[in-house]
Amino acid sequence: MGRLPFVLPLLGLAALLVALGLGMTRDPKRLPSPLVGRPVPEFALAPLLDGGAPLVASALAGDGEPKLLNLFASWCTSCRLEHPMLMRIAAEGVALYGLDWKDAPEDGRAYLAARGNPFRAVGSDPDGRAGLALGVTGTPETFVIDGRGIIRHRHVGPITAEAWEGTLRPMLARLGAGAAG
Amino acid sequence: MRCLAVAASLLLLAAPAVAVEPDETLADPALEARAREIARGLRCVQCQNQSIDESSAPLARDLRRLVRERLAAGDSDAEVVAEVRARYGDFVLLKPPFDGRTLLLWVGPFAVLVVAGGLLVRRLGRMRPDLDEEPDGAGQER
Repeated sequence: MGRLPFVLPLLGLAALLVALGLGMTRDPKRLPSPLVGRPVPEFALAPLLDGGAPLVASALAGDGEPKLLNLFASWCTSCRLEHPMLMRIAAEGVALYGLDWKDAPEDGRAYLAARGNPFRAVGSDPDGRAGLALGVTGTPETFVIDGRGIIRHRHVGPITAEAWEGTLRPMLARLGAGAAG
Repeated sequence: MRCLAVAASLLLLAAPAVAVEPDETLADPALEARAREIARGLRCVQCQNQSIDESSAPLARDLRRLVRERLAAGDSDAEVVAEVRARYGDFVLLKPPFDGRTLLLWVGPFAVLVVAGGLLVRRLGRMRPDLDEEPDGAGQER
């Protein structure tokens, strides 16, 4: 009993070090989105592509099919890295929507013309307002939206093959099965 | 020519420490003051340890614009902050709110002080009898 008061601060220090050490392993750039669990915020963007469909928040909601909403920009180098992955995801039949964030429309058009357009609809957001409504911290960012138009997940940074196979594709499959069942 | 270059560099050095650009400010000084006050409390999510008032990141600029638009539209300070918080979460507040999840953050240091102080007082109160009780070996180590 006499030694306990010496042990207690040491235990406290050890606990503090463990807590701080665990904190070091977390990436401070990956912030939780308060929009997860909430409907897609209101926005209505003009189509980026001539003759393309506009990107309206309400169109992303409620047809039962889970969707991905990807924010990109022609000036964003990580987006270039991510683009082949987006093409692959679209080829798998996923409902993929694009938002060209803080980008001159002609630059966005040239970007997609050179690399292919994986999106069902692309909205142009030159002043970044829709991005702000989504709480965006940078591109690329991808939102998983369920069949009822509720945001279920936010992926920050490029979608890697691991992220797609390990997280996003299983999540979409689960959401799709839930809507069908 | 050289003098001119030096003068120009000095002018650059004298740029204000805030990132708000002249075309961003509101005409109404009272509204502008409120906008500055709000902006000082909001974190720039791109650079993270600056407020949006200090940061020249494009996203900080967008958020400053949003704050000013909402103020000009007649929103209260609290409504503007709530709007930004709804999109970016508590992280965007440079001063964390006081609630259940941040209880440890706010109360923790004081709790440690009270507990440690209490232990210390108790120990000091028992110092003399403790010393008498300790075996000789332990006493010699000191």
